[in-house]
Amino acid sequence: MTTDMLGKRVKRVEDQRLITGKGRYVDDIKLQSMAYCAILRSPYAHARIRSIDTSGAKAMPGVLDVMTGADVPYNPLPMAWPAGGSAGIQNNVNTPRALATDDVKWTGEGVAAVIAETPEQAFDAMEAIVVDWEPLPAVVDAEAAIQPGAPQLHENAPNNVVFEWSVGDKAGTDAAVDAAEVVVRQRIVNQRLIPNPMETRGDIGLYNPGTDEYTIWMSSQTPHIQRILLAIFVMGIPEHKLRCISPDVGGAFGTKIFCYADYVVVLLASKRIGGRPVKWVESRRENYQATIHGRDHITYLEIAGRRDGEITGLRVRTLANLGGRLSTIGPGIPTTLYARVLTGCYRIPNVHAEVTGVYTHTVFLDAYRGAGRPEAPYVIERAMDLFAAEIGMDPAAIRRKNFIAPDQFPYENPSGLGTASGGAKIYIDSGNYEPALNRALVMSGYLDAEAAKAEARTRGKYLGFGLSSYLEVCGVAPSKWIGAVGEGWGAAMWESANIKVHLTGKVVVTMGTQPQGQGHETTYAQVVGHELGIPIEDIVVQHSDTQGTPFGYGSYGSRTSSVGSTAAIKAAGKIRDKARRYAAHMLEASVEDIEIDGAEYRVKGSPDKKKTFQEIAFALDLAFDAPEGMEPYLDETAYYDTPNCTWPFGTHVAVVEIDEATGFTDLVKYVAVDDVGNKINPMIVDGQLHGGIVQGVGQALWEGAVYADDGQLLTGSMLDYAVPRASWLPQLELDETVTPSPVNPLGVKGVGEAGAIASTAAVANAVGDALRPIGIRHLDMPLTPQRVWKAIQAAKGAQA
Amino acid sequence: MAEHVSLVVNGIPREVDVEPRRLLVELIREDLDLTGTHIACDTSQCGACTVHVDGRAVKSCTMLAVQADGAQVTTIEGMATPEGLHPLQAAFWEHHGLQCGFCTPGMIMAAADLLARTTDPTDDEIRHAIEGNFCRCTGYQNIVTAIRAAAATVRAGVPAPSGAVQQGSAS
Repeated sequence: MTTDMLGKRVKRVEDQRLITGKGRYVDDIKLQSMAYCAILRSPYAHARIRSIDTSGAKAMPGVLDVMTGADVPYNPLPMAWPAGGSAGIQNNVNTPRALATDDVKWTGEGVAAVIAETPEQAFDAMEAIVVDWEPLPAVVDAEAAIQPGAPQLHENAPNNVVFEWSVGDKAGTDAAVDAAEVVVRQRIVNQRLIPNPMETRGDIGLYNPGTDEYTIWMSSQTPHIQRILLAIFVMGIPEHKLRCISPDVGGAFGTKIFCYADYVVVLLASKRIGGRPVKWVESRRENYQATIHGRDHITYLEIAGRRDGEITGLRVRTLANLGGRLSTIGPGIPTTLYARVLTGCYRIPNVHAEVTGVYTHTVFLDAYRGAGRPEAPYVIERAMDLFAAEIGMDPAAIRRKNFIAPDQFPYENPSGLGTASGGAKIYIDSGNYEPALNRALVMSGYLDAEAAKAEARTRGKYLGFGLSSYLEVCGVAPSKWIGAVGEGWGAAMWESANIKVHLTGKVVVTMGTQPQGQGHETTYAQVVGHELGIPIEDIVVQHSDTQGTPFGYGSYGSRTSSVGSTAAIKAAGKIRDKARRYAAHMLEASVEDIEIDGAEYRVKGSPDKKKTFQEIAFALDLAFDAPEGMEPYLDETAYYDTPNCTWPFGTHVAVVEIDEATGFTDLVKYVAVDDVGNKINPMIVDGQLHGGIVQGVGQALWEGAVYADDGQLLTGSMLDYAVPRASWLPQLELDETVTPSPVNPLGVKGVGEAGAIASTAAVANAVGDALRPIGIRHLDMPLTPQRVWKAIQAAKGAQA
Repeated sequence: MAEHVSLVVNGIPREVDVEPRRLLVELIREDLDLTGTHIACDTSQCGACTVHVDGRAVKSCTMLAVQADGAQVTTIEGMATPEGLHPLQAAFWEHHGLQCGFCTPGMIMAAADLLARTTDPTDDEIRHAIEGNFCRCTGYQNIVTAIRAAAATVRAGVPAPSGAVQQGSAS
């Protein structure tokens, strides 16, 4: 047992149950008299519902209830993050209902639900529901959807525009582009992705008629937020009458942040059938059709600068597909979280971005790992490479020339990231970008790139190096800033921790955040153990239940280690202070004379006069001898609102070999040098980076959600959507620089998204570098063999 | 119309009546309450439901329960013994071969099948052996490291405590 565990590679306390098959995910929970739900989904992307005949289904064996949209007495789902700012408050917030009523806007939108004794009976009865559909024309592409004459989704959104929003200095940027020696323009597509957590979503609704209380077990990243959204905004029940529980969550990557229709369905269904629990578990096909997708931007970029490589302006116009109706924070992703960080780690004086949110007949889009912040470096990192190629400059040199310099921090970026009233401001507080770039170049063999390329040519391969220098904003966020900027989630962003010390000295840490595989039970225990001087074995970390945990805004945006851990440190500090006061009482000394060494509380100058943390906890629990005015028991809660976000950065280098004959791209080497500040557990940090990098590599090379023109999802299963496999990948090589974050006592920044933010651009740039010698300037992702082969053939034809 | 299935799961004889359409994974999860075996794709792509049937790794969503009549089945719950964890379980823990843990049982069962065939696999062989098992959290990096480490443990003669490797070796 060791108490020296902060910053150490501590094995995870979660793992014993997970490696032995004793994890407890939603679908593993069986409750007494549980019924099962199946949801009938639209086969059309756009159709009017003329009528729904449920009589046949109701007569099927085991069926307890059949619901349609007309049976749901609640509001539509909420949308909590309008683009705001220059877009104003939109009047066209069109969100899904628990079950669609008049029409459907994407294949897979739910229209009816069957509740039955067994899952099989529910599915059988679902087949017996007859819907009289009136199919209507559909549009799935954002650029097509805003054209005159395109099929319209919502009467209150002419031309299918959700919002038009912009940031930056338009006049200054126009002038910079007009006056520039060199301007490079490119249309780039950041394709639609399906996030693919291995556990699909699922929930169990339970209504207790005796207390008029609801309970829902949900595979969610945000049980506390879901209670607010479901109780207040959708169902209109008192907040304290709903309890939300997230058991083990089998991956999420953003998809489980949001408020989904099925939550409402299972809660209402339980009430309708007299309080029996109702379970719904999403099939993978449903997960692909009805849980959020990510990305899906079409961007026109213009990067302007001088022939010596100095970048003077960036002008960007982006169409962001938001789907058929809006998800919980859909509009916030391509606005605040994308356009305000477009300039990344570069000192670009003039930037202007226009973003248009667009409705299409596709499932809604929202935050997927990185959430806007991967899309931004994809734009700027491709732009830097295209500009470097245009002026014949080395991609590393152009990055180095334009980095924000170490002495320029705090740095206020020109896209208005820090603009806010009310005394809250966020700014890039720290960084030192060049050492990470240099280290990545050395590790990747970049300095010998030309020789490696020549050698590869002898084998019929095109070899390329791709750089991606990224800056991430995470650890969201000061609540004041969110309140003041007039855009964004209309709520606070603090976190909470409660620590209770039982009479034996064992510690229960209860958090408002919600893990999905990140190992919070380990990292919080490391932090609290360090603070209290007790071993990790004496600590249990609890979370994920609105009953019994302090309110928290949940885990996303790489915020838990920064915001949540600081709340835990504050709570531990309160515990220590009270223990010290009681130790002074026990030892008949003044509080000032008590010095703390780990779990020992000693009288200065009298080393024999001491009490252990456990002795103090025991005495304070019994409280036989508590001094006047001191409450018994060690039980403290703390809340923490961060003064600023955190700013991880780094450089990744991908090396690819492209087979000339087949167009197959082999990722032969991948180097990542990241600066995520200090680390609570380096083993867990590395794991987060590995997973993030591979998701980003997947986007560059293989993944893409494809809708047919009529709105059918062609990549409708794991047979069709290319989730990266072990055999497609090399061992990744990681290194670090460490620039501690100044905003929290641990100096941590957050690492859940960094890998995915950096890697897509690195791989795409590597393919670009490999194919540039044969005259290929840009290819859109995924860079599949077919796409690359066609481009090689076209380029050869052009050269011939 | 129920069909009767007799099988041995993790060494324990079980008798189950099932609908003809019931999948082996459903029998394992719903009838036997062994929920360590997971369902994640419905199309036999992801491998989360991998178990051993008569000593070989099988995606239990590809097999009807009635096809397992008379079979010896090992699930993740049968890998550890009172003496300790299976070397793969220990190695996944030691080398951070899991994050959310949802793919982990299937991944361990697939890896056990590999170690039954060779105790000295190359990284390429490891990656090939688990390419039918999807993981979205780890990028596979630490899974490969863990399987390599478990292979070394097995080679060093630490007895594999569970049926998985032993059954495989005998077949």
